[in-house]
Amino acid sequence: MSNNLFNAGHTACAGCGQSMAARLVIEASGQNTMVVNNTGCLEVFSTAYPQTAWGVPWIHSLFENAAAVASGVEAGLIYLGKKEGTNIIAQGGDGSTADIGLQALSGMLERGHDILYVCYDNEAYMNTGVQRSGLTPFDTNTTTSPVGARSTGNVRPKKPMPEIANAHGIAYVATASAGFPQDLQRKVKKAMSLKGPKYIQVHVPCPLGWRHESAQTVNVAKLAVETGLYPLIEYENGKLIAVRQIHPKPVEEYLKAQGRFKHLANNPEEIKKIQEVADHNIEKYGLKIKAETEEIKK
Amino acid sequence: MKEFIEGSLAVAEAVRLCSPGVISAYPITPQTHIVEELASMVADNKLNAQFVNVESEHSAASVVLGSEATGTRSYTATSSQGLFYMMEVVFNIAGMRLPIVMTCANRAISAPINIWNDQQDSISLRDSGWVQLFAEDIQEAVDLHFIAYKLAEDKSIMLPVMVCMDGFILTHGIETVDMPSQEQVDKYLPKYNTIYKLDVTNPMSMGLLAGPDYYMETRYAIEETHKDILKLLPKLTADFAKIFGRTYNGLVEEYQVKDAEKVIVALGSVCGTVKEVIDELRSKGKKVGLLKITSYRPFPAEAIYEALKNVPKVAVLDRAVSLGSFAPVSSEVKAVFTNKKKKPQVISNFVVGLGGRDITKESIKEIFKLLSTKELTNEFIDLKPELLKESYEQ
Repeated sequence: MSNNLFNAGHTACAGCGQSMAARLVIEASGQNTMVVNNTGCLEVFSTAYPQTAWGVPWIHSLFENAAAVASGVEAGLIYLGKKEGTNIIAQGGDGSTADIGLQALSGMLERGHDILYVCYDNEAYMNTGVQRSGLTPFDTNTTTSPVGARSTGNVRPKKPMPEIANAHGIAYVATASAGFPQDLQRKVKKAMSLKGPKYIQVHVPCPLGWRHESAQTVNVAKLAVETGLYPLIEYENGKLIAVRQIHPKPVEEYLKAQGRFKHLANNPEEIKKIQEVADHNIEKYGLKIKAETEEIKK
Repeated sequence: MKEFIEGSLAVAEAVRLCSPGVISAYPITPQTHIVEELASMVADNKLNAQFVNVESEHSAASVVLGSEATGTRSYTATSSQGLFYMMEVVFNIAGMRLPIVMTCANRAISAPINIWNDQQDSISLRDSGWVQLFAEDIQEAVDLHFIAYKLAEDKSIMLPVMVCMDGFILTHGIETVDMPSQEQVDKYLPKYNTIYKLDVTNPMSMGLLAGPDYYMETRYAIEETHKDILKLLPKLTADFAKIFGRTYNGLVEEYQVKDAEKVIVALGSVCGTVKEVIDELRSKGKKVGLLKITSYRPFPAEAIYEALKNVPKVAVLDRAVSLGSFAPVSSEVKAVFTNKKKKPQVISNFVVGLGGRDITKESIKEIFKLLSTKELTNEFIDLKPELLKESYEQ
């Protein structure tokens, strides 16, 4: 495994799920990759002038336009005759993807550019101090969806970004998790083997925003998948081709590991609602391993 | 070759002759004819470029930002609300020193929504770091595009250039234009080549975070480059004259200024009307003149000082406002003469032609008449008194 594409020495927090995932993504894509980054934690901690962690061509413009800038990078490379053999990744956090950057992303997906878009989903605006985004889960305590006398946190469920991406009729859509590194890298490689727009959404715990020990990042990420709250799914050309099956654990196991859900400890009513979200995912995607088949359904 | 041609089509042809590799745009009146024509050229294989149709002006500017970063000459065009929607990308492009050329078909800003001409759009982005060149007529609009790429891509400059042309008046007007040959353009404008680009064989990070220790120097550097442009632009227009046979100063143009007692300062297409009025008044013995500003950014303070220092009375026309303060061009012309010994006795300013209100020869004559010993500030010309009487009272 090469380690000079995303170098150590950047200023990410201890246990940052996004920095782990970003390294896994670029290493899976390889040296012949150009990266276009939205504004956000990853951009800030990896490229504070005069330093850069990136060993591949990398460009940042604004908060919401990586998908459009990447479209221009692709157009430029096609004009120069240099697109063949060059991977292009546009990437950003959940806010820059699902909220402010959704229009630019939709444009990129609709126009059919040969670009992989990676959304690092840590479920809030972490760079500005844990404000609620469109991908913040139901009942999450954030600084703009605070828990209070008449509030149990964020009032809405996560925006269904994978489905939104998939609705554009693109080549490949997948969710992945910092808790499953090999699965993430396999999906990046799979995406890069297909022409056209691709979308991968990676669940990346943020110890600071989620309030868990920095050593627990991988465990927390795994629990999200194992409870059914973050289903790992893959679509190719609009068809669901694979899901990671689980022995579903109760959602409390995931919730109690994080300070952002601490307020739900003695609130079975709210926990029940969150269990319903997980149950819905388990049902919808067929996540539950049946007794006789103890392996990933293909 | 001389052609009788619409301004937008002429500009599209000029852009084609510049051989951009990537064009991206989003439709907005009155810019549309330019990009429609370019799309046709690509469709007909008359222009080897990637034409990227986007979902917004924000993305149009972002696409050309990305393509320019690969070392590909890139082009976009917009107007009014579109330019405003691009605004943060516009600043970003200048900060990243990407030599993109954009045409701004100057149009009023909403509300009230209005598709007609004034210059509030580009004037409002004067602080972005972009060079802004204003065209008087279609020929100049065409020629400024060659000069714009030449200037933008100069190794000592590396800044984006906005060519501003009055919406409808120039974009939809039809004039005889001397369209240069591909050979002439290629001679003037060599292929774009830069080492500062996205290249897998030489990985580079672009668009980094610059904290308090570094940010200020990046702004200072652009300011210094604007000073360099003031020196370089007249040289580039002199080179232009050698190949194309048309002479521009690049910064300002003096028309009957030398012995003038009254001079109008203006940008853009109104200069044609002013020149006609000057010819008429001169034939009656009136000593009047025009100072046309071509380069609004960088602002040619020294050239303006030299041209106007001995002129007794100056009228600055603004086709934009800075509501609550002095109109933009006039405040800058006045600033030129701060603490100067030689200066006009009077610098009055007139707000004209907002939202497409016609600026007629009568309007210009009225301005010359109003330009007396009494200094006027933000004097709106051609207001309709009957509309001002309307009241909000219930």
